[in-house]
Amino acid sequence: MAEGDKRPDHKAYWRETVRLTISLLIIWFAVSYGAGILFRDFLDQVSIGGAPLGFWFAQQGAIYVFVVLIFVYCWAMRRIEKKYGVEA
Amino acid sequence: MLDAWTLFFVITTFALYIGIAIWARAGSTDDFYVAGHDVHPTVNGMATAADWMSAASFLSMAGLIAFMGYGGSVYLMGWTGGFVLLALLLAPFLREFGKFTVPDFVGDRYYSTTARIIAVVCALFVSFTYIAGQMKGVGVAFSGFLGVPFEWGIAIGMVIVFFYAVLGGMKGVTYTQVAQYCVLIFAFTVPAIFMSLIITGNPVPQLGFIGEAKGEGVAMLTKLNTVLNDLGFGEYTRSDKARIDMFCITAALMFGTAGLPHVIIRFFTVKSAGAARVSAGWALVFIALLYTTAPAVGAFARINFIDTVNESTYIADNEDYDARAAEIEADGGKPVPTWYKTWETTGLLAFEDKNGDGVMQYRGPDAPDGVENEVSPDRDIFVLANPQIANLPGWVIGLVVAGGLAAALSTAAGLLMVISSAVSHDLCRRTIFKDMTDKDELRVARASAAGAVLAAGLLGIFSSQLGFVAQVVAFAFGLAAASLFPVIFLGIFWKRMNREGAIAAMVTGLATTFGYIYWFKFVDTDPAHWLFGVSPEGIGFVFMWVAAAVGVVVALATKAPPQDIQDLVEDIRVPGMRTPHGSGDTEMAPLSDR
Repeated sequence: MAEGDKRPDHKAYWRETVRLTISLLIIWFAVSYGAGILFRDFLDQVSIGGAPLGFWFAQQGAIYVFVVLIFVYCWAMRRIEKKYGVEA
Repeated sequence: MLDAWTLFFVITTFALYIGIAIWARAGSTDDFYVAGHDVHPTVNGMATAADWMSAASFLSMAGLIAFMGYGGSVYLMGWTGGFVLLALLLAPFLREFGKFTVPDFVGDRYYSTTARIIAVVCALFVSFTYIAGQMKGVGVAFSGFLGVPFEWGIAIGMVIVFFYAVLGGMKGVTYTQVAQYCVLIFAFTVPAIFMSLIITGNPVPQLGFIGEAKGEGVAMLTKLNTVLNDLGFGEYTRSDKARIDMFCITAALMFGTAGLPHVIIRFFTVKSAGAARVSAGWALVFIALLYTTAPAVGAFARINFIDTVNESTYIADNEDYDARAAEIEADGGKPVPTWYKTWETTGLLAFEDKNGDGVMQYRGPDAPDGVENEVSPDRDIFVLANPQIANLPGWVIGLVVAGGLAAALSTAAGLLMVISSAVSHDLCRRTIFKDMTDKDELRVARASAAGAVLAAGLLGIFSSQLGFVAQVVAFAFGLAAASLFPVIFLGIFWKRMNREGAIAAMVTGLATTFGYIYWFKFVDTDPAHWLFGVSPEGIGFVFMWVAAAVGVVVALATKAPPQDIQDLVEDIRVPGMRTPHGSGDTEMAPLSDR
C-alpha cells in the first residue's frame, strides 16, 4: 500500500472510532451517574419488580448495560474496520 | 474452626495451582511478561476477572453493601464501569503499542526516561498498597479457619504465589487465575442461590433481589426498609452519603480501575487490538456474575441477620446449647442461632448485654423504642457465615474459604507481575543496563518476582500490625486515577501531548492526591473540612481533572512532540499499522501482531 492512499483513509477511520466512542460513553454516563445517582429520585417513582428503578440501576442495571456496551463496541468497531479495510 | 473439608479444599486447590505453575513455565521474556501474547480473549477475560476481584470483592463487598444499602452502589458501579473505559479508551491501543508494561508506554510515548521513572513510581506505589491488603487477607483466612498463626498463613501464601509467579511469570499467573476464577465464582454463587431460595423462593439471586419476600406478599426490599426503619436504621434504598460524594467516589473508582497497571497489563497478553476489546467484554461478563449477585447477597444477609439474631435469647458458652434452646422455645422465645455461636469465637460478632435481660437487641442509632444496640457484627461475617445461615452442608464453608484464598492470591499474583516487571524491565533493561540480553533479563525478572513476593509478605505482616490497610486502599484508586489515567489517555487521544505536559500531569496528580488523602486520613479527619464535601476516597476524580488541565496547559506552552512520536500515535490508533518509531522502538522493537 502506498503512503498516499493510506493516510486519509485512516483519518476517517479514526473520526468514526471517536464518534462511536463518544456516543457509547454518553450511554455509559447516563445509566450510572445519571440513572443511578443524579436522577435516581425521579426514577424511583417507578418500580422494576419490587425495587425502585433508580436504586435498581445503581445496583444492577448499570452493570448489565456496561456489559452490553463493550460488546456493541466490539461489533461496531469490526464494522468500521471492514469499511476501511483495516484488519484487527 | 479447624475443619476437614476446609483443609481438603485448600490443599486441593493449592495443589492445582502448583500443578499449573509447573506446566506453564516461562521460557522467554515474552512468556514471562505477556504470556507469549497469544492468550485466547475469553481465557484472558476470565483471568482478568480473577486478577481484578480481590479478597475485598469476595469477602467484604457484599457485607459493605448489607450495611450501606444504596450507598454501597459506589463499589458496584465504580468497580465495573471502569472496564467500559478500559475497553473503549485504553486496552486496544495499548495492545497495539505492543510493549510489556505501563511505564513502557509512558516512557516511549513521551520519549523520556524521567517520565518512565515517574510512571514506575506510580505503578509501584499503587501495587504495593494493594498487595498488602491481599497478603493480610491470606493471613486472616489461614489463622481464622485452619488454626495456623497469622504470619505462617502469609508465609504459606507466599510460597504458593512464589511457585507460579517466579516459575511461570505471566504465563503461569494467567492459567492459575483461570482456575482461581472458577473456584471463587462457584464458592460465591452456591450459597447465594440457597439464600435466595430461602428468602424469596427464587433460585436466581438477581431476580430474588427484585422479587417478593417468600410467603409475605410484599417486595423483599420493601420488607427490608420497614424492618430497618422500625429498628432505627436508615432505609436500605436511601443513602447516607451526599450526592456529590457518591458521584466522585464512583468516578474515582471507575477511572482508578482503568488506570490500575495490573489490570492494564492483562490486555497485553492477547494477540491483537481486536482481541483486547473482546477480552475486556468477557472480563466484565465474568465480573458481573459476582457483582450482580453481591447486592442480592447483601440484602438477603441483612434480612436474615435481623430475623434470626434480633430479640433472640443468648446462650452462654458454658450452657448446654440444645437443652437451653429447647427451654427458650418452650417459653415462646427465640434461641440464638447455632451459626452465631460458631462464628462468635472468631471475634467477628460481639454481644454486650447492656440492659441485662439476656436478650440480644439489634438497633440503629435512632431506634424508635429507645433501646440501645447490643450486637455488633463485622461486615465480613455476611459472606463467611452465609453457608451456615442457609443450612448448607459443611463442605460449602470449606469451599468459601478456598474461594476467598483464590480471590486474594490471584490478585496478589497480578500485582507481583507489575512490581517485578517495573524493576527488571523498566528500571534494569530500559533504563540502567540497556544492552542486557533476553536471557539475562529473564533471570533478573525471576529474581525480582521472588524479591517482590518477599516484600509483599513482609508488608502484609507489618501493615496489619499498624492496622492501616483499609486506610491506604483509597490511595491505590485515587493515585491510579489522578496520575496514570490522564497521561495514558492523552497519549493516545491527543497527538500534541508532549514530554513536559506528561511529567507535569503525573507529578500534579501524584502530589495533590497523595497530599489530600494523607491530610484527611491521618492529620485532620473532620469531614466538615473536605474540599467541596468530597471524601478522600473520591478526591482522585477531582485531581484527575486538575492533573489533566495542568498537563494540557504545560504541553501547549512547550514544544510539540517530535514527528516520529506523532506518527507512533497515529499507528497505535489503527489496528495492524504499528511500525517502529522513535528512540523507544530502536531500543526495543514492538511485538508484532501476526
